[in-house]
Amino acid sequence: MTERSLSEMPGGASYDAADPDSARVRALAEARSGELGPLMEILHDIQHTVGYLPASTVPVLADVLNLSRAEVHGVVSFYSDFRTSPPAATTVAICRGEACQAVGAEALVDHAKTKLGVGVGEQSADGSVGLEQIFCFGNCALGPTATVAGRLRGRLTPASLDALIDDAAPGARQ
Amino acid sequence: MTVTVYVPRDSSARAVGADEVAVALTAEAARRGDDIRIVRNGSRGMLWLEPFVEVDVDGTRIGYGPVQPGDVAELLDAGLLSGADHAVKHGAVDEISWLTRQDRLMYARMGVIDPLDLGDYQAHGGLVGLRKAVSMAPQDVVDVVTASGLRGRGGAGFPAGRKWQTVLGAPGDTKYICCNADEGDSGTYADRMLMEGDPFTLLEGMTIAGLAVGATQGYIYLRSEYPDARDILGAAIEAAREFGWLGGDVLGSGRAFDISVRMGAGAYICGEETSMLDSLEGKRGMVRAKPPLPALEGLFGKPTVVNNVLTLGSVPFVLAEGADAYASRGLDRSLGTQIFQLAGNIKQGGVVELGFGVTLRELVEDFGGGTASGRPIRAIQVGGPLGSYLTADQLDLPLEYETFAAAGAMVGHGGIVVHDDTVDMAQMARFAMEFCSEESCGKCTPCRVGSTRGVEVIDKMTAGDDRTGNLTLLLDLCDVMTDGSLCAMGGLTPMPVRSALTKFPEDFGLTPQEVTP
Repeated sequence: MTERSLSEMPGGASYDAADPDSARVRALAEARSGELGPLMEILHDIQHTVGYLPASTVPVLADVLNLSRAEVHGVVSFYSDFRTSPPAATTVAICRGEACQAVGAEALVDHAKTKLGVGVGEQSADGSVGLEQIFCFGNCALGPTATVAGRLRGRLTPASLDALIDDAAPGARQ
Repeated sequence: MTVTVYVPRDSSARAVGADEVAVALTAEAARRGDDIRIVRNGSRGMLWLEPFVEVDVDGTRIGYGPVQPGDVAELLDAGLLSGADHAVKHGAVDEISWLTRQDRLMYARMGVIDPLDLGDYQAHGGLVGLRKAVSMAPQDVVDVVTASGLRGRGGAGFPAGRKWQTVLGAPGDTKYICCNADEGDSGTYADRMLMEGDPFTLLEGMTIAGLAVGATQGYIYLRSEYPDARDILGAAIEAAREFGWLGGDVLGSGRAFDISVRMGAGAYICGEETSMLDSLEGKRGMVRAKPPLPALEGLFGKPTVVNNVLTLGSVPFVLAEGADAYASRGLDRSLGTQIFQLAGNIKQGGVVELGFGVTLRELVEDFGGGTASGRPIRAIQVGGPLGSYLTADQLDLPLEYETFAAAGAMVGHGGIVVHDDTVDMAQMARFAMEFCSEESCGKCTPCRVGSTRGVEVIDKMTAGDDRTGNLTLLLDLCDVMTDGSLCAMGGLTPMPVRSALTKFPEDFGLTPQEVTP
């Protein structure tokens, strides 16, 4: 494909079937195109490989799987795990389920917002650190719980969370 | 002589330092010239003691916990490898009363075996149920499950045997077994522990289900928040294929059954069975209208058994020991055992497997030891985010489907979340609505719009804006959501909201009289 097809979708998503990742995206899609209902699996594969879903994801998957762009876009936007922009270098994801709330999760979220200077669902301007909320990691007897750089941690206190963040992202704002 | 030391690989244990303990043990033992072999077992379920280290001393496993990485050198100095006394020693694990007071059927191997060792699995009763099922006619397998009284453990409590019977009787060559491992309810983690600590039990239950209804393919729909479970299940499936269990010829029976794991992507609603089926098909996880029943038109439109991890995990015992052995446990129409999960503000959190009928008090006080904070219990939420809040006055309720339903509550997936007296129940009610608005699939209006309006109305009440007028509005909204929602997400969100209102009116600035219908 030599012609660049660039388009805007509602919500500001821009598609580019010829972005620099498009060859990888196409290869990952074709590797599973013979499976039954493989779209979610392919999206996971792409996000695992690239780190997020690049602009070629929707047009290329629509082409390979013979789906409409709207169908692929609909799946991408439905699930909170799928992201269309690069993640922060270090992500802090705090559980806000009831069991963790019972042992101080809300205070931990507030603490993290202050410490990192970002809101939930945001990342710092330099992309070094991001804050997210999760509803349950299944660590409900040993909360409060969070992942820092993908590593699950329980029995957290503001101080122990700070230590984990400082370890994973030394430049994180105080 | 090589000493075997067990350090759990359960993700809760890892979250509080089990990996670091294993590393420290390896390093310290090497430095001292001690010959040890570390087995990464599942967790025994005494989570407050994690990381819980066990040492095999002349065939008896001696437990120590919680062990921190920095304690390892001192423990070895004290004689850990010979089972010596220490402040964190709990003695012979088999004699710890927290465990001996339980009735572990499905969890019999939990924490005992190496989760990925098929030899260990069989040495502890594994594959007995499947070997029986292989030699039985499909109808006979379904009959055993029906006679056991096993009900769906995901929350709805639908008889498993009846569901299997429907799928067995459905016409068609292609049928599926779908295991719902989208354990999204806060306060529940028994599915995760089984998948991480004894994955073969789930695979065995699914294989038996496949043989019973004539399905050759199973899918495990696993939530993405459980990456450890994904890795362990993947390894377990590979081991089962190599063994000749999964694949084209199940244990030499000439019948085929295989299992794939598919990952969710952070959507709570995909724990609802029809939404899960759409997600498994690679679509948005939108709830389907029923009928058609998934048993007749399920995954890819084919007859499908959809069962929870704990339902399928119960099946190997039922086949191995018989329907009567299973049905001899439990109360009334809630037969067998349930894995109760103690969570939240609880001193001794963990899993308790007992027959239905055990009271909340036994679980929360006797096993749980009360709150972790040491403050009085104020509210207990049973059955996940869609379950009612109970008060400390209701601790004598037996955990049994119908008794709980009669009390306006639900057993659900067996999760018990304890809150102490610092909890603000108006905020918990608001959270129930907020959670629903975050996680609604959006298909039906009462759930999609009602939950957002619910947050707004509760905010007005707590701000003191026309409390009685807004109370009327909130109760009306709860009625609409209960009666008009397509699935349990919108339909049950009013449960925690109403129970918070009626039992804790003062948190909303209301009097008990105002909230009495």
